[in-house]
Amino acid sequence: MTRLSPEVPDEAWRLDRVRPALEVNDVTVAYPNGTVALRNASFRLAGGTIAGLVGVNGSGKSTLFKAIMGFVTPARGSVGIAGMAVPEALKRSLVSYVPQSEEVDWDFPVLVEDVVTMGRYGHMGFFRIPSARDKQLVAEALERVGMSDFRKRQIGELSGGQKKRVFLARALAQEGRIILLDEPFTGVDVKTEQAIVELLRELRASGHLVLVSTHNLGSVPEFCDQVVLVNRTILAAGPTAEVFTQANLERAFGGVLRHFHLEGADLHDDSDRRRVTVLTDDERPVVFYGEPGPDRSDEPERDR
Amino acid sequence: MIELLAPFEYDYMVKAMWVSGLVGAVCAFLSAYLMLKGWSLVGDALGHAVVPGVAGAYMLGLPYSVGAFFAGILAALSMVLVRQRTKLREDAIIGIIFTSFFALGLLMVSLWPASVNIQSIIMGNVLGISDADALQVVIIALVSLAILILKWQDLMLVFFDESHARTVGLNPLMLQVLFFTLLAACIVAALQTVGAILVIAMVITPGATAYLLTDRFRTLLLLSVGFGAVTAASGAYISFFLDGATGGVIVSLQTALFLLAFFLAPKHGRLAARRRATEVEELP
Repeated sequence: MTRLSPEVPDEAWRLDRVRPALEVNDVTVAYPNGTVALRNASFRLAGGTIAGLVGVNGSGKSTLFKAIMGFVTPARGSVGIAGMAVPEALKRSLVSYVPQSEEVDWDFPVLVEDVVTMGRYGHMGFFRIPSARDKQLVAEALERVGMSDFRKRQIGELSGGQKKRVFLARALAQEGRIILLDEPFTGVDVKTEQAIVELLRELRASGHLVLVSTHNLGSVPEFCDQVVLVNRTILAAGPTAEVFTQANLERAFGGVLRHFHLEGADLHDDSDRRRVTVLTDDERPVVFYGEPGPDRSDEPERDR
Repeated sequence: MIELLAPFEYDYMVKAMWVSGLVGAVCAFLSAYLMLKGWSLVGDALGHAVVPGVAGAYMLGLPYSVGAFFAGILAALSMVLVRQRTKLREDAIIGIIFTSFFALGLLMVSLWPASVNIQSIIMGNVLGISDADALQVVIIALVSLAILILKWQDLMLVFFDESHARTVGLNPLMLQVLFFTLLAACIVAALQTVGAILVIAMVITPGATAYLLTDRFRTLLLLSVGFGAVTAASGAYISFFLDGATGGVIVSLQTALFLLAFFLAPKHGRLAARRRATEVEELP
């Protein structure tokens, strides 16, 4: 098992004291203009998991995030975090959030280290004066994402991948047990994507619950062990092998997804009757080899 | 030499410099947040919207600050409400609300002319401020300053990243309400110093100037507050020699500082940008 940080004992992460579980019970969210963004959504996730939140734009992924962070109050149902109501869990800094790049004001006058220090605010006292431990955790988080050399840079001066790393470092410094990532692979290079996935795996190994919203289908089976399929409600949730199937994806994505079938003479020179199905929504495609079913997809290829 | 010290021999001048400096500082503090969020026009709107409140307060024999504060909050609420209920863009809503309030204020003053010296509300008159009014201003400014010093980091977090602010247990809505309450209160305080129109500059220019000089929010706040306090106090001082127009002098000084920063700022100034451009050209 990968330790989060060799210097920090497990007790400090409170891994034993709070069970990192997320319970979404029959949640219905309606906006003031009458649209129901999410209806009767239910799923449960435990710690030590990377869960992919998969669905088209407007399917309710961000609404779900908002409900988990208490931005919207469900008209019906409830969200429980480690057995607590959302506000209580937030007070204990149990949830870290890594925003989409478009949500961030990159011209804001903050340095890289200032942003990562923000992760510690929930742990600081009334006057928000960082302790030695806060400073140490900030330095460690920066080190872990490989951004220590950039600590004095204004955040707008970074590349897309570096920007993403800074906000990941903030989540690490926050020591949230549940980490929400909103489209973390949009606008980052392959190297950063691999580094992020590696980091998420480490977090999983140390007992965190990582919830990643993405429509980057191809990478989902690579690193998600659980999948939650969203389209205005929860279509399916569970282990990737069971949920991330061609049939389910077609239900989740409807007409948005593009299909490619390769079979017969296009694919084989022999009499092999199997066919390859490629599903893509213009990001990384997912490839199913053979008959649609619960088998894992093959290593997908990039179409960029 | 003796002549330059002359303003300090008059109690009213000393009072005016202190009051102006304090108001300048707290308005500048708020400006650092306002201009980062693109909400500068809200300061503009509140500046105008307080006028009918002042007129009403004088008519009812209440302290002017009570009426002004009430009108400011009312204007802010109407903006939020109209924003929620229509598809109109923000600038249109702000424009409609503040001109309506301002017009109502002018109408009230013209119907009951004796009630208030509208000139002193629109143009400010810190040199002639009464002891009671000065006390009100000082209390508002000091309390606001104290709250801001305690909460500046929480407010920064909410302004920078509301989602994250939530995940560390802050309540963004409460903090925004706090911010706008302070803004309304400080605009009321600034009315007496520079007047309803020039208060807009006080809650925008110092922050914008400091923004050109630093990439760090704490430094930005310190610079902004420094600019605000120094320009406001020295504006009051200089206006002694120019015989009045304190608000005009203060805001002119702030504009002068802004222009200096605009051209000479070490990193974000025009000259630095040109220097960088030539450096690039000179590369082999």
